[in-house]
Order: sequence, then C-alpha cells, then structure tokens
Amino acid sequence: MDAPAPILRMSGIGKEFPGVRALDRVDLRLLPGEVHALMGENGAGKSTLIKVLTGVHTADEGAVELAGKPVAFGSPLEARQAGISTVYQEVNLCTNLSVAENILIGREPRRFGRIDWQRMRARARELLARMDLDLDVSAPLSSYSLAIQQMVAIARALDVEARVLILDEPTSSLDADEVGQLFQVMRRLKDEGIAILFVTHFLDQVYEISDRMTILRNGRLVGEYLTRELSQVELVAKMIGQELEALDKLHGEARSFATPLVEARDLGRPGAIEPFTLTIHEGQVVGLAGLLGSGRTEVARLLFGADHAAGQLSIGGEPVTLRTPRAAMGHKIAFCSENRKRDGLIEDLTVRENIVLALQATRGWTRPVPREQQDELVDKYVKALRISPPNPEIPVRNLSGGNQQKVLLARWLILEPRLLILDEPTRGIDVGAKTEIQRLVAELSGGGVAVLFISAELEEVLRLSHKVAVLRDRRMIAELPNDDELTKDVIMETIASGGRT
Amino acid sequence: MRRLLWPILVLAALLLVNLIFTPGFFSIQLREGHLYGSLIDILRFGAPLILVSLGMTLVIATGGIDLSVGSIVAISGALACLQISQDQGLFAAVALALGLCTLLGAWNGFLVAAVGIQPIIATLILMVAGRGLAQLITDGQIITVNDPAFKLIGGGYLLTVPFGILIVIAVLAITVFLTRRLALGMLIESVGGNAEASRLAGIRARGIIVMVYAFAALCAGVAGLMISSNVSSADGNNAGLWIELDAILAVVIGGTSLAGGRFSLGGTVIGALIIQTLTTTIYSIGVPPETTLLFKALVVTAVCLIQSQAFRDKVFHRRGRAAPPRPVTEEKVRVST
Repeated sequence: MDAPAPILRMSGIGKEFPGVRALDRVDLRLLPGEVHALMGENGAGKSTLIKVLTGVHTADEGAVELAGKPVAFGSPLEARQAGISTVYQEVNLCTNLSVAENILIGREPRRFGRIDWQRMRARARELLARMDLDLDVSAPLSSYSLAIQQMVAIARALDVEARVLILDEPTSSLDADEVGQLFQVMRRLKDEGIAILFVTHFLDQVYEISDRMTILRNGRLVGEYLTRELSQVELVAKMIGQELEALDKLHGEARSFATPLVEARDLGRPGAIEPFTLTIHEGQVVGLAGLLGSGRTEVARLLFGADHAAGQLSIGGEPVTLRTPRAAMGHKIAFCSENRKRDGLIEDLTVRENIVLALQATRGWTRPVPREQQDELVDKYVKALRISPPNPEIPVRNLSGGNQQKVLLARWLILEPRLLILDEPTRGIDVGAKTEIQRLVAELSGGGVAVLFISAELEEVLRLSHKVAVLRDRRMIAELPNDDELTKDVIMETIASGGRT
Repeated sequence: MRRLLWPILVLAALLLVNLIFTPGFFSIQLREGHLYGSLIDILRFGAPLILVSLGMTLVIATGGIDLSVGSIVAISGALACLQISQDQGLFAAVALALGLCTLLGAWNGFLVAAVGIQPIIATLILMVAGRGLAQLITDGQIITVNDPAFKLIGGGYLLTVPFGILIVIAVLAITVFLTRRLALGMLIESVGGNAEASRLAGIRARGIIVMVYAFAALCAGVAGLMISSNVSSADGNNAGLWIELDAILAVVIGGTSLAGGRFSLGGTVIGALIIQTLTTTIYSIGVPPETTLLFKALVVTAVCLIQSQAFRDKVFHRRGRAAPPRPVTEEKVRVST
C-alpha cells in the first residue's frame, strides 16, 4: 500500500486481565489524514486496545511507536501530551461543572496564577464554533442532552494539538443530524492531517466516513483492509467469523391480541412526560420510537415505578399504583435500563451476583437463593446468552459492554417477567449480540411475555414490534400498528409532522 | 484470601517486633485455671475495638460511616451501671442498655436512609449529643458498681478463656452468618456499590441501612458493657473516647473501601488486632508517653502505604503480578493505577 508513513504503529500488543485474555498479539497502524475504523464484536478487544494506546492500561507485551519513536504512556495525561486525544464511549465528563470548565479542565488559561475565566469562556466558545455549536459555555453541562455532552467531549479532545484522535463509539447517542455534524468535523480534521481512529457499531457510518479498517475478533487481529475493497457482508463475516443469516421480520404475521396486560390511562409526570395512554397485551411487542430525549426512557420508568406517576395504571385488569421498582417487580414487570453503568450493574460484584441480584431482592435478605440454584441459573443464562468469558466469578466490570448488557438481561430473565421493558438493549453492542437479543425478544413474545422495546434504531423497532408508539417532545403523538404500510419513512414522517396527518 | 495477605503480614511483623523486645511475648500460661499471656491480653483488651469495628464494617460497606459509636459505648456503660447501682438486676440492666443502643442506631439509620442526611453529619449529631446523654445518665459523676456477675462481661473468665474473647467470637460468628450465609452481605455490597442501580433491581435499601446502623450501635453497646465492666464503673466522659476513629482505621486497614461496596470481616478483625498490638507495642518497647500518639500515627501511615497497591508499584517499580517477558520497551513501561 503506497500510503504515507504511519504516524502510529502498535505491534504485537498483548494484555491479560484476571480470567480474560483481552488482547493477543494485535497490530494496528494509523496513517495521517485517514479515518481508520476499528471493528469487532463486543469483547473483541477494541476498548482494551484503545486503553493500552492511551495509557489507561499497560500492555503485557508489544511495542507502540509514535512518529517512528518508541513510546509507552503511563497515564492518559502523558498520551494526551504526546498528541493522542480520546473521546470514550461512556461520556467521561463532570456534569456539575460548566461547559467551559469541562472543555478546558486541567488546561485552564491562567493569569497571575489564577484562572482567567473570560479567556476560558472565549476559548471554549471558539472550540465549539469549530463544530458549529453555539452553547452557553458557563451553563452546567448537566443542562444539556447526552448528545451535546458527547460533542463537548470531542471539543475537549480537539483543544490539545492532537495528532491522533480516538473516537470510541462517539455516535451511539447522537441523532442523524448530529452524526452528520460530527462527520463534517471529522473530515475537516482529517484534511488537517490528523489520524482518526473511529470505533462504532454502525456499519453504514463506517462506510460513510472511514478509509481503512482493522478488524479484531476474540482479542486477535483478523486483518487490515481498505474500506472500499471490503463489502459489508465480508466485513460482518470477518467480525463474527461466520456468515450472518439474513434476519426476516421477526414478529411474523400481524396478530390480534386478546388479553391486555398493562393499561396506562393518562399516565404522566410533570416535566418528564405528558400524560399518555397505552395498552400492552400479553405476548405483544410494543416499540417506542422517537428521537433522543423525546421521553422514551421516561415512559419506561413510569411503568416500572422508578418515578412516581400521576394517572391510572392497571395490570391484568387490576388498578395499581407503583411507588417503587420493587412494587412493579411484584407485578412481574422487569426493566433493563439504558445506562448500564449508572442504573444497572453493580460493578464491584461478580457476574453471578449481578445476575441473581433482582431475584435475591424479591426474596429479601433472610431467604438466600441456595448456591446450587444460583449456579444452575447463572450457568443456564451464561450459556444461553453466550456471555463471555463464561466465568461467573469474575467482577462484572471486567466484561465488555455487550456482555455486561447480557448480564443485565439475564438478571431480569430469571425473574420470568410478564412485561419486559428493554431500554436501548442493543445500544453499543455488536451485530452478533444484537441479533441474539432480537431473537430472544421474538422468542419471549412467542411465549406470551409482553415486551416494551425502546431503540433509537428504527429498523430494529420495526423488525420486532407488533405496534409502534411514537414520541416527540415528551409527548406520545401516535400509535401505529406494524402492518405492511408502516416503514421507517412513515415513522420519521410522523415524528417530523408531530403526529398531524 | 489475597486481600488479607498484607494485613496479616503487618500483624505478624508487629508481633515479631514485640518478641524482640519482650522475649517471653508469645508464651501462654494456665494460671489458676485462667489463660495468661501477652497474646491473650491483646485479644482481651482488643475485644471492644473488634466489636465496634465489625459494626462499622457493615456501615462503611453501605457507603456510610458511623461517628457516634464512641458515644454509644459511653451511653451503654452508663445506663447499665446506673441500673445495677440501683439494684435493678443485671439482666434487666444489660437488656435496657443494649435496647437503648439499638434504638439510637436505628435513629441514625433513619436519619440517613429516610431523611437523607449524609451519614457523617447524621451520626455526628449523636456523637456530640450522645456524650451529653451519657453524662445526663451518670449525672456527671463516675458511677462505680460492685457486681461480680457484671464484672464477668469484661473482666471474667469462662472455661479458662477471658469472657470478652468469647463474646467477640460469638458476635463474629453471628455477623458472618447474617452476611455470608444469608444474603445480607450481598445486598449491603450492592447498596454500597451503586445505590440507584440497587433500587432499580428491587432492593429495599432503606430497611437494610437502618438495620446496619442499628447493628453497629448494638455492637458498640456490647463493647460499652465490656469496657465499663472491666473497670467496674461508668465514665460518661471518657469511655469509648475516639474509639470510632480506631474502628474506622481498623476497617480500612482490613481492606474495606470507604467508598462502600465489598467488605471483609476477617480483614477488619485483623485490622483491629493490628491497632491493639500497636498500643501494646508502644508500652512494651517503652516509647515515651508524650510521643505515643505521634508514634502511632507514623506506624499507621506506614501500614496504610504498604497496603496500597499503587504505592507498592511506585516504590518497587514493578507490577504486582509477574508479567510475561516483554520486548524492547521493558524499561519504559510504567504502571498506572
């Protein structure tokens, strides 16, 4: 390949965690002025490789060269000072600080040893303007959406004279417009000669933006390819190591449902979601579609008792008031939350403990789940969901994002819920695991379990749901049966028009 | 087990230092049907601290802290001695003292879990008010009692073993049973690890937190009985003074993070023994009285540093675990933790 000399070269990188061989002699090279996609399933080692590169982890073996010189970073700070900037998958910002503080934290402009606030705000505005963003930089970051927070994280990475910019799943919480905006920024940076390492699960985005890709599988290098020379089908096959069978519409025939399970009537919460009316039948998959921040998660939280609701709710025909998640669990409702780290897993505890946690909670502390039963249940779900590594005694924090999601799913599946609420269950996870989860939803629905399925990916919602409720601006604007006429375009049209037809 | 390695090594080192200064340090004798020896003394005098630390471990594991245990020690001793001095009967006195302590602990838990006051503030209230309460009970005086049965708790022997040690073994056994055989331990670790995620998993954190603070106060109450029984008197001012700080220290030395989550009861016991042994050491090697506190501080600082993985890596410039052979970059690889 007749490209310029690589700015960065990693060779023979190996890394082991207790119980996990995360990387096994992996090579990676980045060329200046190119967008390089790092591809692989969950647990393939992408995040670990990036953390080794940026000094978060130290490699057990292998060498890293930056601009021809061997380097080894002991901390993210050293890596950044050398010109390697990173924006991580989970936004790592301080939401209680202002936008400007977040962008320039650790590099505040100073005058006479004191922070020069005026210059700091100006600099922050300038950096955001480079991304066509106009924010109140002195407002706390928490007053902006997750998507904006992501852009702020990128602005922070740009402030340093970056030679290598690493974007780890930057688009998983962005809507189409924002992704476009980000790509614009990426192209501009690429033209400036910066090497960009891009990690994403959206294949379309890879083909839209990247020039070259490196594929990992199970901690091993599959190969480096030019994007234009590798078809999508080939890419997927290389990532999962086998041909992917085409997924049909999983929900099958349009069916009518006889037994309503959950009926919400004028259920709402001031400031969170306008009162809505929704009926979910046994065995029915209801999709929730809407943009980021349109109130999807809020609907889920009300149905699970995580927030207090006004209005009426009945389950199995009985009117109920759900004051706590525990009350909802008593009615066999389960909620797999979107934010795994904050609202889902207990990172200190092992995989086994995380899986049995909800079951144990329903039994109270005086009646422990017998160890044999725990092992049996855990073993069953580790196998069924293919949780990797299949060792239930390691801390859940050592697992990759997709496997953590499966652990969370397992926690709720062992309760055998009647209504399973899945909030973005496939966000940030790879094609293979995604397919598995979708298949699982279809199976559960076939077995009579009602599912409320929330996803930003409309294809997914359409493929699985029997009907789709559309949200916009914290209001439920339409309820559409998923018949042949319902397409992605129709849903987007509905969102755009605000339900007026 | 690997988590306990360093605390055990530190304890062993401290004991060895004593052996050098006091050649007969490890000998244990049977005199008049009682076990005697320096090691027995460490266990016996360390008993109240071990008890308080056990309760503190569970509180800290939920992400909280309990500053009021020292005051509760004083209240427990004061109330028991007052009752005994008024001839109310030993059993009633002990039951009343422990009952009040548990109630006070539940009050702490209520402030933390239901009212939502930060643990350090919520328990600070009782830390200050509790001393006052203890003095109110004793009317500002030191109450002296002379009851052989009461004397047994802190100063007596049963089957040649000091009674206090037996109490510690019993409380430890009960705590291990509650937390590790039943599911209390996992739920405590879950609440301490991530409170919101625990709530969404259906855990009733409130009840668990109230229970844990009540348990810590009960442990402190028993320790208070031991301390006052040992000296046959109740001193509202000085009984259990600063024991909460020693207990927090014991928990941390034992490997339980102040941030909450995972806890280790075995580690806490060893931590408490380290602190007690240190006190003994100070006397046996003859540190001048005016420098004992400073000496203790220095040793504790050293112990904490030795236990820190990050510190050890920095000092020894290598990883805790043997790494496979590395090419060229070996000497440049540095460790971040």
